[in-house]
Amino acid sequence: MTQSILKESLIKTLNGFKQVLPIILGVIMLVSLSITIIPKSFYESIFTGNKIIDPLFGAIIGSAATGNPITSYIIGGELLAQGVSLLAVTAFILAWVSVGLVQLPAESLMLGKRFAITRNVVSFITALIVAILTIFTLSLLC
Amino acid sequence: MLNKILEKISSSWIFFIIVAVLYLILLSVNFPLAKDTFFKFLELLQKIIPVFILVFIFIFLSNLFLDSKKIAKFIGKNAGIKGWLISIIAGILSVGPIYMWYPLLADLKEKGMKESFIAVFLYNRAVKIPLLPMMIYYFGAAFVVVLTFYMILFSIINGLLVDKLLKLKFKKPIKT
Repeated sequence: MTQSILKESLIKTLNGFKQVLPIILGVIMLVSLSITIIPKSFYESIFTGNKIIDPLFGAIIGSAATGNPITSYIIGGELLAQGVSLLAVTAFILAWVSVGLVQLPAESLMLGKRFAITRNVVSFITALIVAILTIFTLSLLC
Repeated sequence: MLNKILEKISSSWIFFIIVAVLYLILLSVNFPLAKDTFFKFLELLQKIIPVFILVFIFIFLSNLFLDSKKIAKFIGKNAGIKGWLISIIAGILSVGPIYMWYPLLADLKEKGMKESFIAVFLYNRAVKIPLLPMMIYYFGAAFVVVLTFYMILFSIINGLLVDKLLKLKFKKPIKT
């Protein structure tokens, strides 16, 4: 492999990164902002005990929330302990990891607006379906 | 004048400037919260640097070894089952935050990666093997097995749906 090909690939990669750097930094700033602004107690106050509305709320809050998946497990565990249904908690952790409203601007800029919106909408709906199927299957197995 | 300035600034910088303005507003309204947010930003940035380097290496290697023909063969429009499997496994094995992988995926998309495979990759990022023990601790093994099975299955359905929806063309209303 010639040195010129290596140099060409390196320059191409550096130029690409120069373009995405402000987006990445912007997303990290936005994620930090949402983590510090929204206290963990907020998630607990949202659920009402309604079997239909709670899973929907879970998916909506999970979509808007961001951070490490472990955080969603911890919050999910706390919600379960407080009597929130497993269906709502499952929808919450699924939407947390598969839908990203905070990252949506970055996803739109890099992968295309139509793709980003379509993917997130589909992921939101599938989060609800997977949550329902998981709980239904568990009820058959256990 | 403003239009000319905006034309010169790329959309990625506009996004960054909007977020920076949000920080400045927070700084003027609530200094302790702004300080906490800034420290959180530094903490996240520090955690992300290794992933950033990893993604940089992957993009560099893809620029070096992968051309449109190879991309088309493995993860292109006619890749078949191989493409689905590669996207699922790569999504499960990928580390770090989701947004760190956008540059690599954008690069591969430009070279011909099928959009449904991008959706599959991103959905499978929800399946994280190192985090499974933690999930089992909170929700139990049966729950984790069933959920993981459905997540992988629905990543494919997700990819197919995204593909179908992106191919939809909306007819413009006919003016009378």
